Amino acid sequence: MIGFVLLALALVASALFVVTASKPVYSVVGLLANFIALAITYLTLHAEFLAVIQIVVYSGAILILFVFVIALLSSGVKPFAAGPDRAPRILGPALVCAAVGAAVVVVAALLTPFAPEAIYGLTGQADVFGSVADFGNALFHHNLLPFEVTAFVLMVAIIGVVLLAGDDGPPPSRRPKRNREPIAKPGRERIAR
Amino acid sequence: MIAPVEAYVTLSAILFFIGIVGVIARRNPLIQLMSIELLFNSANLALITFARSWGNNAGHIFAFLVITVAAAEAAIGLAIVVIVFRKTAFVDVDEVSTLKG
Repeated sequence: MIGFVLLALALVASALFVVTASKPVYSVVGLLANFIALAITYLTLHAEFLAVIQIVVYSGAILILFVFVIALLSSGVKPFAAGPDRAPRILGPALVCAAVGAAVVVVAALLTPFAPEAIYGLTGQADVFGSVADFGNALFHHNLLPFEVTAFVLMVAIIGVVLLAGDDGPPPSRRPKRNREPIAKPGRERIAR
Repeated sequence: MIAPVEAYVTLSAILFFIGIVGVIARRNPLIQLMSIELLFNSANLALITFARSWGNNAGHIFAFLVITVAAAEAAIGLAIVVIVFRKTAFVDVDEVSTLKG
């Protein structure tokens, strides 16, 4: 229980730091702390494989993507350091709505009995539940179609990213030449007339 | 003494609404994307909690699929941020109003 309290404090503090940080790089650091604390929380729930996946995919891939984009965008101009970043007029209503929503969900969670006879009575099963073998069995025997649809989703994401940010949008044959001979053409036209 | 499932669900709800505040109140699109990652993670926490509570690992499968969708979403969102930055050189979601009718 004391471990859970410490983990919850770390999670909430790092999430607040992500939301209130002044620069996105600080938010990335807070998000890293959040992901690691969340992986430890998964371990307390006997989800070992998902804890590893959380570290590998989130902390390893997604955060590096964020860091790359931040380094790419903030190299030249001053987009992130300066300028108004908070929205003071919307911050109050946002906090009120979030507090009310969180209170509703928390009260509903405290009032609902979540299978009280089954909770954590699985001590004999706990060495199997959530392990890689258990997870792989469930994924490849009973959920094979969602797994393959996942491959489709990732392929669509790759194609979308390449189309969006790849070269400059449309293919080169249809792209108007904007950079080459910018000023010479109107002059030549005027002379020809 | 292990924590009850209500504690985990409460923690998930708190993280979710912290992420909601981040999406609504921040105007930096990168921080908004990170807040969306917080939302995904809180949903994952609830799914894994209920999977543990019921002794059924369908919640693990759901969380796994949510992680893949979150990866795809982060990639596409960051690509959109990059092309918007190419057009306007200001990364602020209030200034992106080209599609406004």
